[in-house]
Amino acid sequence: MRAKTETVAESGLLFFGKMTGSISHEINNVLAIINENAGLLEDLALLLDRGAIVDSQRMKKISQAVMKQVRRADTIVKNMNRLAHSVDESIKTIDLNDMLELLAALSERFASTRGVAVQPQRNQDPLKLRTSPFFLMNLLWLCLDFAMGAAGEDKIVELAPGKTAGGIQVFFKGLGDLAGAPLKPLRAELDKGLTDLTKAKVEVDVENRLMVVTVAEDINAD
Amino acid sequence: MIIDDEKDFLDIIAERIRAHGMNVCTASAVEDALNLVEEKSFDVVIMDFMMPGMNGFQTIKAIKGKKPGVQIILLTGYVPDDQRSEARALGVLDVIEKPPDLKDLIGKIRNIKTLKRAQRRKGSRKK
Repeated sequence: MRAKTETVAESGLLFFGKMTGSISHEINNVLAIINENAGLLEDLALLLDRGAIVDSQRMKKISQAVMKQVRRADTIVKNMNRLAHSVDESIKTIDLNDMLELLAALSERFASTRGVAVQPQRNQDPLKLRTSPFFLMNLLWLCLDFAMGAAGEDKIVELAPGKTAGGIQVFFKGLGDLAGAPLKPLRAELDKGLTDLTKAKVEVDVENRLMVVTVAEDINAD
Repeated sequence: MIIDDEKDFLDIIAERIRAHGMNVCTASAVEDALNLVEEKSFDVVIMDFMMPGMNGFQTIKAIKGKKPGVQIILLTGYVPDDQRSEARALGVLDVIEKPPDLKDLIGKIRNIKTLKRAQRRKGSRKK
C-alpha cells in the first residue's frame, strides 16, 4: 500500500495541473482577442494608407476592447499568483472568505462549461484559520467539482462560510440533484489523505440539498 | 460559421473574415450553432473545443450527424495529441491553436471552398 503522503501529493499535482490548464486556456482567449484587435488596427491602417476615411470612434472602440482584455488578464494572473503562493508555507493563517472567492474565480471556466454559476458568500467577520492553504483548497475544489455535478435545476451552487463550536464551515448549497450524484468517487479521493491532512470532515445532507465541510480552526491543535 | 462562447473574440474574428469577402455566421452557444447547421448550408464550421453545454467531441458528432459533408476546423486553446487524433478521427479537418494567424485561416477556408466547388462541378458533370 502506498503512503498517504504520496497519494495526497498526486492529488495536489492533479489539482494544480487542472487549475493552471484552465488559466492558460483563459489567457489564450485573452491573447486571441488582443491579437484580433491588433490585426483589425492593421487593416484600418492599410485603409488609411489607401486614402480611405476611418471613423475615429472605431479606433476608440478597439482601444477600449484591448484595455478590457488587459484588465481581464490582470485578474487572471493575480489569481494564478495567489494559487502559486498557496504552497509557500505548508501551514499558514488564512481567511476562508478570501479562499472561497479565489476558488470560485479559479473554477469559473469549469462551472461555465457545465452551465453552472458558483456564488461565494462572504461572512460578515473574517474567518481566520490556521491550515494548509493548498491542500484545503484542493479539498474544497474536489467538493465543489462534486457539487457542480449535483446542482439543482437553477444551476447555482452557493458557497456559504460560517463558524461553529466544531470549527469553521463551508456550506455548498443548491444541490438539488444530490440524491442522484455519485458520492463514492469523491469519498475515495478525499480518503487518500486530504481530510486527515486538513483535519476536515465532509458531510452530505440529501434532505436539505447541501454538503458541509467542517475544518479545524487550527490544524496543529489537538 | 464560427462557434465560440468568447463573444468578444467571436465578433472581431467574424468582422475580419467578412472583410475578406466571405459570408460569416456566428453562434456563441452550441444549441444555437446546431440549429443553424440544420437550417443553413456552410462550407466550413470553425469552432472552439471547450464550450458550455456540450464537450467538443459531442459537438463535432452532432454537427457531422446533421451535415456529414460540412468541414470542421477546431480553433481553440491547447489540445493534447490524443484529443487531436480523436477529433481528426471524427472528421475534423484541422486544429488551429489560438491566437490564430488570420492569413493562414483564410487560406484554409479558401482551400475548402475551392475543393467543394470542384466536387460540386464533378457531381453535376456525372449527372
